[in-house]
Amino acid sequence: MNENLKFIQGNEFCVEAALYAGLDFYAGYPITPSTEILEHMAKRLPEIGGKFLQMEDEIASLCAIIGASLTGHKVMTATSGPGFSLMQEALGYAIMAEIPCVIVDVQRGGSSTGIPTHVGQGDVMQARWGTHGDHAIIVMTASNHQDVFAITVDAFNLAETYRTPVILLFDEVVGHMRERIFIPAKGEIPLVERLRTSVKKGVDFHPYLPREDGRLPISDFGEAHRYNVTGMVHDMWGFPSDNPKIAYGLVRHLVDKIENNTDKIARYKEYYLEDARTILISYGSAARSALHVVENRRSRGESLGLLELQTLWPFPYSLVQEKCADAKYVVVVEMNAGQVLQSVKICVDRPERVFLANRIDGVFITPTDIRNILRLIEGKGV
Amino acid sequence: MERHRLVFSGSGGQGIITAAVILAEAAVLYENLIAVQTQSYGAEARGGATRSDVIISDSAIYFPKVIQPNILVCLTQEAYNKFNPIIRPGGLLITDTRYVKTYMKVDAQQRELPMYQTVMDNIGTSIVFNMCMLGALIGITDLVKSESIINVLKTSIPSDFLEINQKALDLGIKMGNAYK
Repeated sequence: MNENLKFIQGNEFCVEAALYAGLDFYAGYPITPSTEILEHMAKRLPEIGGKFLQMEDEIASLCAIIGASLTGHKVMTATSGPGFSLMQEALGYAIMAEIPCVIVDVQRGGSSTGIPTHVGQGDVMQARWGTHGDHAIIVMTASNHQDVFAITVDAFNLAETYRTPVILLFDEVVGHMRERIFIPAKGEIPLVERLRTSVKKGVDFHPYLPREDGRLPISDFGEAHRYNVTGMVHDMWGFPSDNPKIAYGLVRHLVDKIENNTDKIARYKEYYLEDARTILISYGSAARSALHVVENRRSRGESLGLLELQTLWPFPYSLVQEKCADAKYVVVVEMNAGQVLQSVKICVDRPERVFLANRIDGVFITPTDIRNILRLIEGKGV
Repeated sequence: MERHRLVFSGSGGQGIITAAVILAEAAVLYENLIAVQTQSYGAEARGGATRSDVIISDSAIYFPKVIQPNILVCLTQEAYNKFNPIIRPGGLLITDTRYVKTYMKVDAQQRELPMYQTVMDNIGTSIVFNMCMLGALIGITDLVKSESIINVLKTSIPSDFLEINQKALDLGIKMGNAYK
């Protein structure tokens, strides 16, 4: 038996990936369907000398990892929609203070407390705009366990590269499903380590003065330098400022550091797009049903293709436009009322040719659901 | 290899999900097959309807749920009432005589087995009922080898419970072999 061959849940695999990426601090509050992440962390972190904290609620969880990150640790917390709602305040703070961290939202069905044990993908827009004010954010997802691993490691790398929170938007099916996976060997996936300042102790350190390449070196909080961290608009010292020039520069910096790198942050997979007349666009577990339909129809000679998005925000507008340029029809497959559909319609040349195959009842979307929409589009009736 | 689509159904606490996971894990880790296991259940920890889907194959599995199982296991009347119509024609339906009264003739092999009673008579505790069911299943179908299941049990349950689980598995296999 191969030691690296495992048959475990997506949630547990996400934990293994986080540890692979170098995580050594986790704080969280349990909620279905993300609880296995917390449980597995509670078991694994003490084994490697890391710290695990169960907090009193979700805001505290995110605040705890923000603090730990500032002191130099790689950190993560996990929740589901209701808990993610509570985290929005601290999320805005982490974006403003530019603190690297990873937040996993294992989506359940419905809004509010919804259907805890069922599946949904309704948090796409919340992940983008849940916290107030102008900002940019990185949101990633995956449809199978091998990708959950790669994307989770990637999330830590991007958090360090851009000094930003990264949101992993998984869902109940990916989180709870068990499937065969291989844990990558050490070194197989490159890791991005924290960029620390070279400014010596006793020398003035400007915590919010970006280098020429836009990156912002950190001084581990509590070590060599004293500095201020705030959620308010701040100058290069980290002190609150109402200077319009500084405010303008800061907002532009926060948005541009991510949106100007949309191409670099975009992760996706494509299947049979070269000659596809109809293109399905999907993400997360829904992409599994979409791929099922595509493989099935390809084997019968029909020209169907799939674009599986793994980066949802910043939305890869030009990528989607380019891939869909020659398609007669585009069908967005998702488990919400059309949240990615809107972004696709914005960027394709003919938005009237974009359709939605979805489910919003907490039931996992089936290949038949997608086939029914395809038949309607093709004028064949259901 | 033919693709096997299984649905295990019953009530929370019967060990349905555990049995499904052990079967799929045995196929993946010890028989070099591809498998996917998913589950659906209510918010409660015990009671409530539980269902676990397993697909075992030698090629990639994308859609992870089972629409029409060729093997359906029902361990409560409620599960039987709900799921017996979805069985694939020519499939296999396994029910427990203590919990399920069948009333439909389905286009499938129908096996009503005294699994619960056998476990109570020979071992005296219902906690290994699920292992007896898994034994009966592989006894009838040879889906995976019993050694593969035992290998998984060795790594996934406390050693004090290994013996009774193994005993329940053997009782099930013997019961299943009679219907091969």
